[in-house]
Amino acid sequence: MSTTIVASSSVPTREQPSALAIGPLAWMRVNLFNSWISSAVTLLLLYFGVKWIISFVDWAFLHAVWSVPETAPGKLDPTACRDAKGFGACWAVIGDKYRFILFGRYPFDEQWRAAICIVLFIGLYVVSAMRRFWRAELVLIWIGVLTAIGVLMWGGVFGLLYVPQDEWGGLPITLIIATFGLALSFPLAIFVALGRRSTELPAVKLLCVVYVELIRGVPLIAWLFMASAMFPLFMPVGFNPDKLLRVQVAVVLFAGAYLAEIVRAGLQTLPKGQYEAADALGLSYWHKTLFIILPQALRLVIPPLVNTFIGFFKDTSLVLIVGIFDLLTAGKVALAEPIWQGYSTEVYVVLAAIYFVFCWSMARYSRGLETEFNKSRRR
Amino acid sequence: MKRTLASAAGAILATALFAAPAMAQGSGSATIDAIMKRGQLVCGVAGLTAGFSLPDSQGVMRGIDADSCRTVAAAVLGDASKIRFVPTTTTNRFTMLQSGEVDMLYRSTTWTLGREASLGTEFASINFYDGTGFLVKTSTNVKSVKELDGATVCVQPGTSTELAIADYFRVNKMKFTPILMQDLSEIQNAYLAGRCDAYSTDASGLASFRSQQGAKAPEHTLLPEIISKEPLGAMVRKGDDKFFDVVRWTYFATLIAEENGMDSKTIDSFAANTVPEIRRFLGLEGDMGKQLGLDNKWAYNVIKQVGNAAEIWERNITPLGVPRGINNLWTKGGLNYAPPMR
Amino acid sequence: MTLSWSDPMFRSIVWQVVIIGGFAAIAWYLVSNTSTNLKARRIATGFEFLGRTAGIPIGEHMIDYEPSINTYGYALFVGVLNTLKVSVVGVVLATLLGTLIGILRLSRNWLISKLTASYVEVLRDIPLLLQLLFWYTVLQGLPAARQSFNPVPGVFLSNRGVKLPALNWEAPHLWALAAFVLGCVATHYVGKRADRIQDATGVRPRVWPVALGLLIAVPVAVWAALGAPWSIEWPVLRGFNFQGGLTVSPEYFALLLGLVIYTSAYVAEIVRSGILSVPHGQIEAGGALGLRQGVILRKIILPQALRVIIPPMTSQYLNLTKNSSLAVAIGYQDMVSIANTTLNQTGQAIEGIFMIGLLYLVISLSISLFMNWYNARVALVER
Repeated sequence: MSTTIVASSSVPTREQPSALAIGPLAWMRVNLFNSWISSAVTLLLLYFGVKWIISFVDWAFLHAVWSVPETAPGKLDPTACRDAKGFGACWAVIGDKYRFILFGRYPFDEQWRAAICIVLFIGLYVVSAMRRFWRAELVLIWIGVLTAIGVLMWGGVFGLLYVPQDEWGGLPITLIIATFGLALSFPLAIFVALGRRSTELPAVKLLCVVYVELIRGVPLIAWLFMASAMFPLFMPVGFNPDKLLRVQVAVVLFAGAYLAEIVRAGLQTLPKGQYEAADALGLSYWHKTLFIILPQALRLVIPPLVNTFIGFFKDTSLVLIVGIFDLLTAGKVALAEPIWQGYSTEVYVVLAAIYFVFCWSMARYSRGLETEFNKSRRR
Repeated sequence: MKRTLASAAGAILATALFAAPAMAQGSGSATIDAIMKRGQLVCGVAGLTAGFSLPDSQGVMRGIDADSCRTVAAAVLGDASKIRFVPTTTTNRFTMLQSGEVDMLYRSTTWTLGREASLGTEFASINFYDGTGFLVKTSTNVKSVKELDGATVCVQPGTSTELAIADYFRVNKMKFTPILMQDLSEIQNAYLAGRCDAYSTDASGLASFRSQQGAKAPEHTLLPEIISKEPLGAMVRKGDDKFFDVVRWTYFATLIAEENGMDSKTIDSFAANTVPEIRRFLGLEGDMGKQLGLDNKWAYNVIKQVGNAAEIWERNITPLGVPRGINNLWTKGGLNYAPPMR
Repeated sequence: MTLSWSDPMFRSIVWQVVIIGGFAAIAWYLVSNTSTNLKARRIATGFEFLGRTAGIPIGEHMIDYEPSINTYGYALFVGVLNTLKVSVVGVVLATLLGTLIGILRLSRNWLISKLTASYVEVLRDIPLLLQLLFWYTVLQGLPAARQSFNPVPGVFLSNRGVKLPALNWEAPHLWALAAFVLGCVATHYVGKRADRIQDATGVRPRVWPVALGLLIAVPVAVWAALGAPWSIEWPVLRGFNFQGGLTVSPEYFALLLGLVIYTSAYVAEIVRSGILSVPHGQIEAGGALGLRQGVILRKIILPQALRVIIPPMTSQYLNLTKNSSLAVAIGYQDMVSIANTTLNQTGQAIEGIFMIGLLYLVISLSISLFMNWYNARVALVER
């Protein structure tokens, strides 16, 4: 038996083994067709994948309507889109509405400010992602950029037109709620996590446990609603903080509970020796926490932190229920325009793409970081 | 000019004589004082309904509710653009009004006893007379709501429509399956896709939806029955009668202007008119504005800056393909009847 | 004993009194503000509305519901059942699908592992609300009731949902079910006994013939002894809709599909990292002992992987339950949807929100308690 193999592989075709060991064919044999069941699955998946891609390209590009004629100033004629319904996408809705979807009711002539804010946010994320900037100065950068964003959005100074918060909308709102939510809830989360691990203060520990479990047990929708509807009732008569601020408070408290659990996990993974060593040096509780524990623990929690941020980025879409026009809500409002009713698929595809780009790049970053940390820990 | 001066002097005199005690405590209305201090009217709208209130591609709020809000801003502040629109949802609209976050609501809210009795709010005007109707596909050959036994009906929840339908079907001993969806576009898609046999909401909404189908409009039939009364109007907090009067009479002003043929383009040509009611309306005679605690030219500002009832209708509702019907003036067979301004 | 600041006991008491006192003061301030505000604004308060006739129509209800008779409180209970119906089924299906995807991601077939990886990636990076709207649109693309797809007699697939034939439920069925439940308990003990015998003698007695008898033969015998009633209600297209039979509505199905698929992406990651956390040497050691593949999976990989899997899985289950509150967007009447309608009709927002919060808290805490109990059971006892 062995002799036949030797004979067949060595005598008739000398080049064959090398072609099967390396090169695309070999790769395919190992990775796609390594057994008959694997081959069957591969072929099936390929068939459906190709079929789906063809029909999508057909719909999104070949039969798509890219723009519709304007019959009178401000009046569009959607007949072309209506005729293409069912087999072709109507991208004209995006062409007409993209600024509303991105910036909501922000005054049309001032929308460049909101656009700069988006760029600033992205810049802030990129800078924070670079290890080189992981120093105390990063906090200053955050404060600076967030202040600049506030000035740009509100205006009222430097000759900028004042824009009340009710008129903000679209992507900046999504970014603001998620970013400010995370930035402000972080200190809160650290205190709660420390409180929950405290052994000397049982009452404080209980308070922290109740806070975390209470917040996490109820959906964000209920908290948002409570913030939007109940907050003014909790406050003294005549005090009405604006709607975004209230939602922001709710998101901060909500995020605080989730982040506290992540920070707590970070504190737990730290070897006990670190605590004991600090105690042995005679450091006080705050010195120990501030200089020994937190710097190490917080590094460990960055990847889950980014994942939580992604979660909040997506969850901001819930502010729809309190009447704030974030990205998703602005998209839905754009669809309420009579001539564009019924083209939800197109708008949703664009929205999904925007969300995906943001979340996917953050997720990728977080995964890269995780593997890097694990590498150094394994060493 | 002379006449204006004289009337202004008269107004000042009148103010000095009659309104002085009120002036000492502001306008006598907490809401109006707050609006004046802010320099802005905060008006709660839906922000999601075409024809009523919906931001256009530039983000400017359009619709009959938005324009009705603007009339109040014009009346109180003399400038229709001094307004902030706050989008509210069906769920939080009442609490936002109760908590003072908005000064008033023009949010397609149906006037009902329950809402006036238990919410601490009241209705000041009806800017739209509506009723619950049904839309079916013509191909189903249904000619009356009575034939809808066993049907699936798409409804928007949080409105009084769902209660009206439930009552109607029960009274007529029929069964139906409700599909309740918060989102207007989702309901409409569901109806078009055939998820439901009938789509039910305010008749105006149905007419507008049908006319938006363009060439396909005949594929949908509006059933003849209107099964409920849905007077939609302005809602204000109880206990501020002055502001209540202002909202109510601002709406009447748009009707009176239409009755007298005054609109935003022609109103200036009425300055020389001698009809007493028109002169009072324009603030050239009497102190109607002062009695309300407003500028005497309040009604003029409303019409000049926003328009009369017919203009507001034509600007916002006519493009949707909804006939004016019962929303016409009483003289043209409608329900809109304003008490005299004197 | 002197009270000194350097005494840690005294210090901790002072700190606690200060912090708790501060919180109590804030809470009291908020409550007093609220009651003043409520009075000033003449808003009705209290839970009397729960006893009022609801009048709101509910499309899907697991128990009988009649808007003209039943109260708001009862309507809310219908909503709670609807929430449970979607979350319980969702949790089970998401676990199954997620585990499958997680294992497939480790497949040696490049295409499968890449496709499942992008499945996880794409689904996690798009808001659930958008996904729900997408699935609902897809389901609406099914044919209309009259042209419904009929793969097996009695099963209809249309944009009105899935119609299945229903068994007419009678008393003997209930007894058979009871026998089955008893059979399950008995089988469990038989298995335990087999374990004990195996530990003592090294030979495992056969369990499956006993299990077969307990789980199938006995219930069938009970059913047959009680007359073996058997009648099926077939769905028939009459008037506008199908009448009779079981219905799975598109709203429920879309919500379930969205929740299951979204959550399964997270579950897959948890399962994958759980399996990867078991050192490969363990599997090889099992192979060296001559254990079969299934036994290695059951006795070596799973017990160790579950330790890593269960805590994060608990929070996914909680998330799924809480995410079901998005139901209102696609017209499934869960408890948030019904509570929303209620508070809109009655205007009593505070009470409505309070009810939503309380009910979710109860559900969440029950899931947490159950999972903690299960976790304590599967956790390896470390020496």
